[in-house]
Amino acid sequence: MMAQTQIQTESTPVLEVRDLTQRFGGLTAVNDFNVKLMPGELSGLIGPNGAGKTTIFNLVSGFYQPTDGQIFVDGIPTAGLKPHKVTALGAARTFQNIRLWNDMTVLDNIRVAQHYQLGYGFFHAIVRSKRYRAREEQVAKEAEELLDVFDLKRHAEELPKNLPYGTQRKLEIARALSSHPKLLLLDEPAAGLNSADAKELIRLIRWIHETFHVTIWMIEHHMDVMMELCTQIKVIDFGETIAEGSAEHVRNHPAVMTAYLGDENI
Amino acid sequence: MKKYSLNMLLVVFAIGLLLAAHFRMIDGYIQIVVMTIGINIMMSTSLNLVNGNMGEFTCGHAAFMCVGAYISSILSVFCFGTKFGDPLLPAASVVIVFPIILLIGGAVAAISSLLVSVPSFKTRDDYLAIISIAVNYMVISAIENMDFVGGSRGFQGMKDTVWAMTDVLDGPWMLFWVINFTVFAVWVIRRFISSTYGKGVNAIRQDEVAAEIMSVNTNKIKIINFMVAAGLAGCAGGLYAHIIGYVNPQSFNILKSTEALVMVYLGGMGSLSGAIISAIIFTCLLEVLRSQAIIDALLSPVTFIFPDWEPSAGVIKWVMIPLLLVIVMQFRSEGIMGNRELGDVFPKLKKFYRFK
Repeated sequence: MMAQTQIQTESTPVLEVRDLTQRFGGLTAVNDFNVKLMPGELSGLIGPNGAGKTTIFNLVSGFYQPTDGQIFVDGIPTAGLKPHKVTALGAARTFQNIRLWNDMTVLDNIRVAQHYQLGYGFFHAIVRSKRYRAREEQVAKEAEELLDVFDLKRHAEELPKNLPYGTQRKLEIARALSSHPKLLLLDEPAAGLNSADAKELIRLIRWIHETFHVTIWMIEHHMDVMMELCTQIKVIDFGETIAEGSAEHVRNHPAVMTAYLGDENI
Repeated sequence: MKKYSLNMLLVVFAIGLLLAAHFRMIDGYIQIVVMTIGINIMMSTSLNLVNGNMGEFTCGHAAFMCVGAYISSILSVFCFGTKFGDPLLPAASVVIVFPIILLIGGAVAAISSLLVSVPSFKTRDDYLAIISIAVNYMVISAIENMDFVGGSRGFQGMKDTVWAMTDVLDGPWMLFWVINFTVFAVWVIRRFISSTYGKGVNAIRQDEVAAEIMSVNTNKIKIINFMVAAGLAGCAGGLYAHIIGYVNPQSFNILKSTEALVMVYLGGMGSLSGAIISAIIFTCLLEVLRSQAIIDALLSPVTFIFPDWEPSAGVIKWVMIPLLLVIVMQFRSEGIMGNRELGDVFPKLKKFYRFK
């Protein structure tokens, strides 16, 4: 216990959210939300539909500017940063509904996701300068390596829309990882997968967590996936945090039961 | 060597064209048609960059052509014409200065594209289309109200520059510049769009949210894409002005923008080779349908029934061409090439060219 506290004080949290509040007109989507993710953590965020989970992800990835509160990615405040800057800081994410670029090959999908570290501009692209060639080679090499470890290399020249659903999910995660994130936000990765695919996904996420040394924060409705993977789970409902702790603790928490199943008195 | 055979063929064709024009083997009319094809290729490929590759619907592309045409015309008259007083530069320097003038025209047109690209951060689709039409009208009305460039009467005097070039060396100079700038335009677009940097443009079309989240600076890419497109359209405008020797704001009105749109949709969205092919077909068709004899022949069944009707080619042309577009959209809505390139349709062709 002592050792763990020491590690925690020494390293900066990958993600720190302080008193985050988001209001849309009269609706408070997120209220006073706090979270701190240390490097290497794999934790989850659950809640009934409309609880504000995706809103929190949108806030962290810079899509919305919070009404109140602060977000730090790797110790750097993200206030006022555009999403592409937040990604460059090291927070990548996937989407609830798969958002791949469907008319671009699988390889190009991975390559374009490295825009933040291209390091050349329009004129380099036109004159095909030395820097352009060096960078482009590097990007292609990294993309191919990534496809290789994800066992997607045989699909490299295919269009994502022609791939099976599970493979598309995998590709989307691979694309998110191509930006070398420190924090990976997974928004319902198991949505639409059958139980066999979900098992495969559990293995995949665990493998990513170990291989890429990335902190993972995920939203998921499949409780078995969450129980299997996450060490820490936060439960929110109507934008309020109602419970947090280990999977076992959360599962038997009365407030969670009420949020999901309704009050037994009614 | 085999890899470059198509490229070589194009070079040989271009040189052959220039020689033929120089030794008066093809007359002035054919030259004008060839130059119009070049300008239309520049217009359609550059508009394709915005409408095809980025998927933003803009229909005011002639505005940028107009800016480029006027800026390069004014500069050209200042430098080599007598309209604003003595020429600023010696006539012998025209061969070097002329392309620079065209590029400056393109650069100013590129800057003017901010009028469309900045609103495009927040608006899309129909709203952006309306903005682009508004910009088209803004540019035309602004120039119509500038008396020192002739206002609605138009502006001329650019022929001095062309004559200065023939004084230096006799030859089909404008044809030479049109060929060079057309190749330049296609080259720039191809290199831009095939780089990982430029593929961000395609990513924006397919999913802008995903593009932004996957670290593509969408606003910057939009500005650059609009600038490239408008800049090349501006160069095309400069060439047009010097070929005709006269510019009028109304020659860059919504009809001209529509012509560019028709070429893009005919060729297929997002296909560079499609845009080139459709520009060639479209321009040739326009010229062919100017012939009264052909119109009469095409309409002979109708005129047989209604002998009193005497169709005029100038009018019927604008019935035929939109009709063609309707037919193409009905039976092949993706255009001639779809979003594929020539090399994708005929894979064997890939062996014969390298185009990077």
